[in-house]
Amino acid sequence: MNTILALSQVVIKELYRRKDFYVLFVLTAIITLLMASANLFHDDKIVRYLKEICLLLIWLSGLVIAIGTAARQIPAERENRTIFPLLAKPVSRAQVVVGKFLGCWFACGVALVMFYLFLGLISGSREHEWPVLSYLQALWLQWVFIAVVIALVLLGSVIFAAPSSNGTISFVVVLGIWGLGRYLHQVALQQAEPIRTLLSVIYFLIPHLEWYDVRDLVVHSKGLVPWGYCALASLYGAAYTAFFLVATWLCFRRKALNK
Amino acid sequence: MSAILDIKDLCVEYRSGGLGQGTKLAVNKLNLSVHTGEVFGFLGPNGAGKTTTMNVLLGFVNATSGSASLFGVDVREPIARQRIGYLPELTYYYKFLTAEELLRFYAKVFGIPRLEASKRIDQLLKLVELESVRKRPIKSYSKGMQQRVGLAQALINNPDLLILDEPTSGLDPIGRMKVREIIQRLKNEGKTVFFSSHELGEVETVCDRVAILHQGQLKVEGRVNELMQQYQSNLEQIFLKIIGYQPAPQP
Repeated sequence: MNTILALSQVVIKELYRRKDFYVLFVLTAIITLLMASANLFHDDKIVRYLKEICLLLIWLSGLVIAIGTAARQIPAERENRTIFPLLAKPVSRAQVVVGKFLGCWFACGVALVMFYLFLGLISGSREHEWPVLSYLQALWLQWVFIAVVIALVLLGSVIFAAPSSNGTISFVVVLGIWGLGRYLHQVALQQAEPIRTLLSVIYFLIPHLEWYDVRDLVVHSKGLVPWGYCALASLYGAAYTAFFLVATWLCFRRKALNK
Repeated sequence: MSAILDIKDLCVEYRSGGLGQGTKLAVNKLNLSVHTGEVFGFLGPNGAGKTTTMNVLLGFVNATSGSASLFGVDVREPIARQRIGYLPELTYYYKFLTAEELLRFYAKVFGIPRLEASKRIDQLLKLVELESVRKRPIKSYSKGMQQRVGLAQALINNPDLLILDEPTSGLDPIGRMKVREIIQRLKNEGKTVFFSSHELGEVETVCDRVAILHQGQLKVEGRVNELMQQYQSNLEQIFLKIIGYQPAPQP
């Protein structure tokens, strides 16, 4: 466990010493503050739009940070050859995979907390309401979403050699699953065989990332998702995360690391 | 003396090109033992199979056949690397960390308690003369300084066996002397050192035994002074003779 934690600490240090997070945070803050300064049509409900835009930016920033950080972990270790002194220690490749995953996940968690604190402060100052539980649930579900994404990107990083190609492919795949995955079943019903079966199989195989997106509930103050559903969604996310991590380890385990 | 590094009938095959392009035998039935307290020089021209052998010993590459063990444990088991230190030929470390943070990270990997790790880090930074720059990020270090950080990380667990891949490559004469001094010091402390080098003069000075590898095969193995007596020449001449080097005729 010491090894895994040590590895994850290095990933966290890397994230906060790089500029990516700060750039995205400042960008989100500037856009949200600009929106907040406008008082369009003297509409008290304008804060909903503010929350919607801020949440969209948080989701996109979270995704960029998660994919950007995870995509470069293993390829950069190989490219910079830091993997050699590391694996020359009593460190297994499974520990490297888990350490990298936890590091990316914790780092993204810290970033999300910062983003949600900012959202809470901005929206609270305008609507004078503090739906803390609603924000906490949204944050938790987004963090589970990010766990699945990081594990998927880590799997991509042992298959595709370049971090840039892995990052781009992962981004397209995640956006596709997140945005279109929910409609696959409906599309399948309108197709002839064998496309119908193929689309249905894909529908049931892909992780349904849209379940973690509760922005509408937060924006329109529709209350909380029942905690039982939240727990089930977390388990579902954990199962996919574990599946992708095991697949990553299986691919990475036998990979020859030639100098 | 017991063998702490043992290689038996080791063969490593690589695909020489794309699919269906055939294979290349990088290491061919290599047998080698290194005993406690020895400084062992692993020599050979470029492409002889030295680095491939080290890759197998460190678990980076799997052997096609044969076996290799460290302290009696199969090299494929991570625990086999608990008592070794390794310095790669080209040292690159996490550039965003400082030397102190890097050493602390590796100390954690070995499970060294915090207080003991702090003491060890102080000693090592003093040994490699990087105390004054311990808080500076590694990206600001010169090549020689990075090599010294590499040496410090290889020693963080106070290893019984040190595997060094061309430790003086790219260093200036002072840097080389420093590395030689450290190897000598480790030898005096009873540590075992297994290293590859193209600096044959240096090997002659510090090594007890050497092995010369050529085209993946072990050509010669023995004590340095005995080989020099047997061939009536220095290590460089022995090396050239064994690899079949013919000087180009004068125009």
